[in-house]
Amino acid sequence: MRKFYTLLVREVRSYFHSPIAYVVLVFFLLVSGVDFYFQVSFMNQRPASYSVQEAFFNSVFFWFAFVLIFPLITMRLFAEEFKLGTIEPLMTAPVRDLQVVLAKFFGALVFYILLWIPTLLYFWIFQKITQQPAANSSGAYWGSYLMLLLLGMFYLSVGCLASVVTKNQIVAAIISFSAITLLFFLGLIQFILLDVSSGMRDALGYFSAIEHMGTYSRGIIDTRPMVLYLSMTALILALTYQAFQSRKWRL
Amino acid sequence: MIKVENLTKRYAGQTAIRDLNFEVGQGEIMGFLGPNGAGKTTTMRILAGFMPATSGRASIAGFDVFERSLQARSRLGYMPENVPLYNDMRVTEYLDYRAALKGVPHRRIAERVGDVKELCGLREVERKLIGTLSKGYRQRVGLADALVSDPDLLILDEPTIGLDPNQIRQVRELIKNLGKQHTILLSTHILPEVEMTCSRVIIIHKGRIEACDTPENLLGQIRQAGGVVVEAKTGKDDGAEELKKISGVREVITDHDEGWQIFSLRVESGLDVREEIFRLAADRKWTLRELSQRRATLEDVFVEITHSDQAEMPI
Repeated sequence: MRKFYTLLVREVRSYFHSPIAYVVLVFFLLVSGVDFYFQVSFMNQRPASYSVQEAFFNSVFFWFAFVLIFPLITMRLFAEEFKLGTIEPLMTAPVRDLQVVLAKFFGALVFYILLWIPTLLYFWIFQKITQQPAANSSGAYWGSYLMLLLLGMFYLSVGCLASVVTKNQIVAAIISFSAITLLFFLGLIQFILLDVSSGMRDALGYFSAIEHMGTYSRGIIDTRPMVLYLSMTALILALTYQAFQSRKWRL
Repeated sequence: MIKVENLTKRYAGQTAIRDLNFEVGQGEIMGFLGPNGAGKTTTMRILAGFMPATSGRASIAGFDVFERSLQARSRLGYMPENVPLYNDMRVTEYLDYRAALKGVPHRRIAERVGDVKELCGLREVERKLIGTLSKGYRQRVGLADALVSDPDLLILDEPTIGLDPNQIRQVRELIKNLGKQHTILLSTHILPEVEMTCSRVIIIHKGRIEACDTPENLLGQIRQAGGVVVEAKTGKDDGAEELKKISGVREVITDHDEGWQIFSLRVESGLDVREEIFRLAADRKWTLRELSQRRATLEDVFVEITHSDQAEMPI
């Protein structure tokens, strides 16, 4: 456990040693800030049936920024170690492969959570200034941030897998970006291919991140997406672990 | 400390090492010699648990490096070739991290890291980013990393490559001192280094062990054990003929340099014929300007072993 913690601390720190962390933070806060600003301006113009918080988590801006951050966070995780050769001192220290894989995943997750914390300020400032609630209920906050965590875990694990199969960070970024975009659009097929059967449409709807966020951001905690994302994360981390171990045979 | 049995490693299409067998005892400094691509790094990586062998076994302190990798790894300090390091960390930060990773107890980390920084001469750069360090300092950080957990066994892959002569001397001294308490396996192709530091030498060539002995014994085995160089003006005498009469001299090669004759003598190993040559020169009134013995070096052994099959190749 101590070794895992040591690895985790290094992973999180290394984000802040490189410019990537700051670029991602700035980019992300800029896009989400603009998103928030637009939603508030829209709602100023006409009455709406939804809250600012709901609008914020379901806009095009939000999803645009959302799918882009994962490749940026995860591309260097393993690829950089392979490229620089630091994998050699790392794996000749008495650490288990699983400890390394989990430390890298949770390191990325910690950074991802740090990325989202400032967005809580948006709602706080909104309420301070307008003296109106930004969300319909406190459950809506819990729901949306829980869904952010679940989606984040799933997409970060995909990024880990992409990074473990190559020593080139750009290749890792392209693989994870394509995979995450495809997974994201899987849920949108029902709107694109109109002639699919209703059963198919329902099935695809289970994978729709947009729909999941829609329900969670209203404060409805449905356990089905929770099971989906947690199990997918576990599955993809298991694949990452296998791929990481296979390096020994590929050398 | 190290036991290697029938160790073989095949990469796609080629065999890097073939049936290696050797043992390194407690407290030995074992030199691992060989030309580039001979299989030194491969062997060391297998021993360090970085990659598995295709067949055969290897163990460190009785722990199989593959089956009980964690126990084996916790007993060794490994310094890889070219010393890959995290460029974004500071020296002390990196060594603290490595110490924790290698299981040094929390309360002892500061003390251990302080010790290895002192030992490896890293005090003046301890707050610097590793990415800004010179090659020599990076090498020392790698060595400090290998030492930080105070392991029983050190595996050092080319510890002096890329260093300047002063730094090489410092590292050599350091290794010699470390050898008093640690078992060391070090690879190099700088031969004087091995002669000066190692208690035993393995010469590996094309994935096979060609020789394994003490440096002294290896020197003893070599055919052209030594030679004497004589530079003289011999007047009317046929210097080469006279020199050949001295017992123990096998062959004399003559050369000329502006009126001086240069004789290169091949002498049976263990014999010193210089005294007799001096007497001969004095008797015959030769003018002598050089009389020196050339000791065989490990380089000769190395060249003889690693060149032998090239000579046999049809051109």
